[in-house]
Amino acid sequence: MIQADLNIILPEIVLSVFAMSALVGTVYTAKDRAAGLLTWVTAGVLALVALWIGLTGEGVNVAFGGMFHDDAFARFAKVTILLSAAVVLVMSQDYMARRGMLRFEYPVLVTLSAVGMMMMVSAGDLIALYMGLELQSLALYVVASLRRDSMKSTEAGLKYFILGALSSGLLLYGASLIYGFAGTTLFSGIIGAAGDGQAPLGLLFGLVFMIAGLAFKVSAVPFHMWTPDVYEGSPTPVTAFFATAPKVAAMALFARVMHDAFGGVSNDWGQIVSLLAVLSMFLGAIAAIGQTNIKRLMAFSSIAHMGYAMIGLAAGTALGVEAMLIYMAIYVTMNIGTFAFIMSMEKDGKPVTDISALNMYAKREPGRALAMLVLMFSLAGVPPMLGFFAKLGVWRAALDADMVWLVVASAVASAIGAFYYLRIVYYMYFGEEGETLETGRAPVLWVCLMGSAAVMVLGIINLFGIEGAAAAAAATLVN
Amino acid sequence: MAQIILFAPLIGALIAGFGWRLIGETAAQWLTTGLLFLSCLLSWVVFLTLDASVTQQIHILDFIRSGTLDTAWSIRLDRLTAIMLIVVTSVSALVHLYSFGYMAHDHAWKEGEHYKARFFAYLSFFTFAMLMLVTADNLVQMFFGWEGVGVASYLLIGFYYKKPSANAAAIKAFVVNRVGDFGFVLGIVALYFLVDSIKMDDVFAAAPQLAETQLTFLWTDWNAANLIAFLLFIGAMGKSAQLFLHTWLPDAMEGPTPVSALIHAATMVTAGVFLVCRMSPVFEYAPEAKTFIVYIGATTAFFAATVGLVQNDIKRVIAYSTCSQLGYMFVAAGVGVYSVAMFHLLTHAFFKAMLFLGAGSVIHGMHHEQDMRNYGGLRKKFPMTFWAMLIGTLAITGVGIPLTTIGFAGFLSKDAVIESAYAGTNGGYAFWMLVIAALFTSFYSWRLMFLTFWGEPRGDKHTHEHAHESPTVMLVPLGVLAIGAVFSGMVWYNSFFGHTDTVGKFFGVPYAEAEAHGDAEGEAAAEGEHHYVLTGAPGEGAIHVAPGNTVLDDAHKVPKWVKVSPFIAMILGLAVAWWFYIVNPAMPKRVAEVNRPLYLFLLNKWYFDEIYDFVFVKPARWIGGFFWKRGDGNVIDGAINGVSMGVIPFVTRLAGRAQSGYIFTYAFWMVIGIAVLVTWMSLTGGAQ
Amino acid sequence: MTIVALAFYLFAICAIAGGLFTVISRNPVHSVLWLILAFLSSAGLFVLLGAEFVAMLLVIVYVGAVAVLFLFVVMMLDVDFAGLKAEMAKYMPLALLIGLVLLMQFAIAFGAWETSQGADAARAAVTPEGIENTAALGLLLYDQYFLIFQLSGLILLVAMIGAIVLTLRHRADVKRQDVLAQMYRDPAKAMQLKDVKPGQGL
Repeated sequence: MIQADLNIILPEIVLSVFAMSALVGTVYTAKDRAAGLLTWVTAGVLALVALWIGLTGEGVNVAFGGMFHDDAFARFAKVTILLSAAVVLVMSQDYMARRGMLRFEYPVLVTLSAVGMMMMVSAGDLIALYMGLELQSLALYVVASLRRDSMKSTEAGLKYFILGALSSGLLLYGASLIYGFAGTTLFSGIIGAAGDGQAPLGLLFGLVFMIAGLAFKVSAVPFHMWTPDVYEGSPTPVTAFFATAPKVAAMALFARVMHDAFGGVSNDWGQIVSLLAVLSMFLGAIAAIGQTNIKRLMAFSSIAHMGYAMIGLAAGTALGVEAMLIYMAIYVTMNIGTFAFIMSMEKDGKPVTDISALNMYAKREPGRALAMLVLMFSLAGVPPMLGFFAKLGVWRAALDADMVWLVVASAVASAIGAFYYLRIVYYMYFGEEGETLETGRAPVLWVCLMGSAAVMVLGIINLFGIEGAAAAAAATLVN
Repeated sequence: MAQIILFAPLIGALIAGFGWRLIGETAAQWLTTGLLFLSCLLSWVVFLTLDASVTQQIHILDFIRSGTLDTAWSIRLDRLTAIMLIVVTSVSALVHLYSFGYMAHDHAWKEGEHYKARFFAYLSFFTFAMLMLVTADNLVQMFFGWEGVGVASYLLIGFYYKKPSANAAAIKAFVVNRVGDFGFVLGIVALYFLVDSIKMDDVFAAAPQLAETQLTFLWTDWNAANLIAFLLFIGAMGKSAQLFLHTWLPDAMEGPTPVSALIHAATMVTAGVFLVCRMSPVFEYAPEAKTFIVYIGATTAFFAATVGLVQNDIKRVIAYSTCSQLGYMFVAAGVGVYSVAMFHLLTHAFFKAMLFLGAGSVIHGMHHEQDMRNYGGLRKKFPMTFWAMLIGTLAITGVGIPLTTIGFAGFLSKDAVIESAYAGTNGGYAFWMLVIAALFTSFYSWRLMFLTFWGEPRGDKHTHEHAHESPTVMLVPLGVLAIGAVFSGMVWYNSFFGHTDTVGKFFGVPYAEAEAHGDAEGEAAAEGEHHYVLTGAPGEGAIHVAPGNTVLDDAHKVPKWVKVSPFIAMILGLAVAWWFYIVNPAMPKRVAEVNRPLYLFLLNKWYFDEIYDFVFVKPARWIGGFFWKRGDGNVIDGAINGVSMGVIPFVTRLAGRAQSGYIFTYAFWMVIGIAVLVTWMSLTGGAQ
Repeated sequence: MTIVALAFYLFAICAIAGGLFTVISRNPVHSVLWLILAFLSSAGLFVLLGAEFVAMLLVIVYVGAVAVLFLFVVMMLDVDFAGLKAEMAKYMPLALLIGLVLLMQFAIAFGAWETSQGADAARAAVTPEGIENTAALGLLLYDQYFLIFQLSGLILLVAMIGAIVLTLRHRADVKRQDVLAQMYRDPAKAMQLKDVKPGQGL
């Protein structure tokens, strides 16, 4: 029996063993000198595992008495997580190496964090959920303060850690209330116990606390406050990582808990999630306007985007989950491109994050500026770009669930939010002539930027076929 | 072959328009011109070898396909198309060639500015769009070409975009056309609504049913065929500058003269006539709409001719003349002899293009002086141009030997129109208008000739001294067109306006010997002539004539005085012009002073522009201004600015302040969030 | 009131009081001591539940190791807790209000507490008859919760890596003893004799 279970979690085992052996191997040999190589190898392994999961996985496999679910939904999320983690690792290597930050623990921690995320999206039990969440978070806390000679980086790590601990506390408290009600921690048991519609107050409180803990991870308002500080303080590649894979994992986990454990009371959590979504969209849009640091700006941007993705979740239907998954995949792609650009911003060899440094950037680097323009338009949801279709998907799901007000609110929010994306474009194309911004010549970053921009344009043809995969994933989750 | 005709100009336009930097301006000019000549040659081959009895449909590619709407892009090749093909490609090719000389050193552009490739690209693009229009097999495709020529016309009228008047004229042309296009679109939609297809074949086949269908539109019941025909004709009115929608055409003369020759004389403006002929199966079932066409056409012919009498700008005279001649064509189409309308279209294309190119030659030689009052005695300076213009004038005024079929092109076609008008309206309003218009035509045409080429040089001496004949490259097109202006009438007289059987054979319409009915028929039979009527079903052959429409035949049997009347009108016009401008040059001034109100009325084009300005433009501007200042400026901008510059920055600052950087603030917010959510749940959630 | 009930209330009150004073006490050292009281009371509660092994773990690991470590850290760090507290005091009234609201809502929720059908059954008889609770825990941990157990191991590994990454650093300005270098030192190469000519430096 254990053999079958182990087979199901083989990808996770492979990654864990790889991380541990890489750690031990490098500690006893080259240490930081091998960090660059290890980063590339890790990226390769992550990508291979992603391919393995994506290409060979099929059906619904349950392991460890229901604690671990390997289904189409988990696989979709895992492939997205692993691929984005791999790309971010590849992007980090040059940036960190040139600034002397590249340490061999970094890829190991990212791998372990990825294992945590895989556990999260596959969780079928409150304890497994919590374990995955902690594994992921703990690794993230560490990489946030990776640049430990920098005040800001340390502060970011500490803030993240403390607030993360608080959110874990909230989550655990909610979990214990739920356990108190249901007498079991298995999702399959909880959904049976919760029944349809008439949930008692105690269970609802447990649900609220669970949602609060999860909302912290997806940085939904009002549990978002850590995001700008941590994004700003962390080294840029780490920020890029924060903005991509963990967000997918947290959203997927969110969807899994809500549908697998509380599918019967979707009316109740639908309200909460839609409130969080509206707050996130508006705060993300409005607060970003005042930002001058592009990393902080991207933090608010990610808050707003999580709001849009949560619309899909709030719809409480399979269509909503499908739209949410597609949204996350597109969001990750956009963010990879944007962060590739941010990583290449520098002046005299030092990283620059002030958006006014982009003044008249288009004159010197028309190609990159154009790619950035495409990405910004896409983030803002300007129609021909893929970002618009991501929004269209969640809107369609919300309309399908008769949540017209949510659609209207998000349209207003996206109109407000367009301002700051377009301001970046404005700076690049019409800004004042100022000091010149150099851009690093790392080919990896260039490829990521251009690739991401190209996806935003070309993807509108058929979304590269992920629609079908997302639909299948949503179908296994919602039934 | 048809594909090559169609796409050669497009390829030329694309390469010249986008690639001239690569291949150079001269190469671009040669390329477009060469491709157009190729297209022209093939068109003539098509025209001469056409088997008119079969309507070819050459599928090119699928366009929109949605539900029952299927707008496959294909070429409908029949006699009507073939005629238009030769007209369009011949004139276009010659205009391309002519433009080599005319555009060589344009004073509007500084040294080093490139404009020639652009000009040629526009010309070729126009040709492509026009060919799309005339080869259309469905109405959407035709509308595509229709708008394409509109765009090309806009671009070419506004070619001197540094000149405000050119821009204004271009916009005017576009906007006025839009009014017509709206009618056209409504017509297409109505057809689709009733027939469930916009393919020509389906529409034609459904035409008899349309005549028996009632359609409610604008709260009134209409006969469907009449309504559709009327709407389509509104489109035609816009494109062909018929009365009420004609105001753009004179202003369009702001464009370079070759453009005027190509677009605003020979091809685009005749698109309306072509549309009516093409949709003849529908129009044949719409008697009221046809009557309307006759009245509009006749009035336009008369009106434009009167205005032409007093204009001083050489191009504007010809422009009003074009407007007037288009009225002739519509009268012919309106009375149901589409072949005659096409006949006049064909001959008119030749002599009017030539007149324009001749005028262009004069303008070119006179350093862009266009006022005829500053010409005079240019016969010596422009010998070749003079002869060409003379032939053109003879053609347009209709010089020929009365009661025979020998004469210049205009003589035959115009007389055919007038005879048809007499037959079709029993000597009514249209006939008399056309005859009077013929008199005026003769007068203003000869006035133009006398003012320009006879008499003493007037105006700037310097200009006259430097006046020079145009280069050969500009004269060759004139020569070619002169041949057309002289012979095209005589060559094709029988095909277009001969006996019914010849016409039927030419257009591929079946015909049969008429049963003896009515007096006219009996009379004809008594004379022992073979007597035929066109019997094709709608859609069979290039044009359709309803059973009982015998105007084509009747036109040959009008009284002798009717046949001679245009000739007399022409002679009268010539005589008066001779008297006014050669014998007694002081006379026009005296006449103008004596009849000052009338003179001003005509000089100001019947005050159409002023009336439109007062009735439409000013109120529209006022409404626009109102919505702009009050609605947009105060309400919308005010609200948006208030929100975006007041509320949102305030909230932004608030959010910024909340982001204090202290962990306990952040934790505090989380706890507040929890408290709110918990309270909300306990108030609304679950069991409650 | 049985002795068990008495003990329960005693431990419960101590645990809550310990938690409360951990938060509000002014001296951080006192806070840690209150924390130890809370741990010990919880251990007592576990004993009452019959989970002696967990109780012992709590005492040994949390009190013996973690809390003592905390104590050292708190004593070694020189943090101006008073200043932080003053800042926090500004929020105190609002915080109290929110706390009160939350408390009342929980009162409602717990007052009307209901469990799902079968929840009690699912919870009952966690420990099989005839097996000591240590052994029962072991069975659960290494069998049913094997996955969770391994994950905990991974989490600890990450914690360890993190601790090392964030603290271990090779400072160039500090002299270290390199044993191998000392052992393989070649005296012949360590010293060089040079013939210095009079009146010249090296």
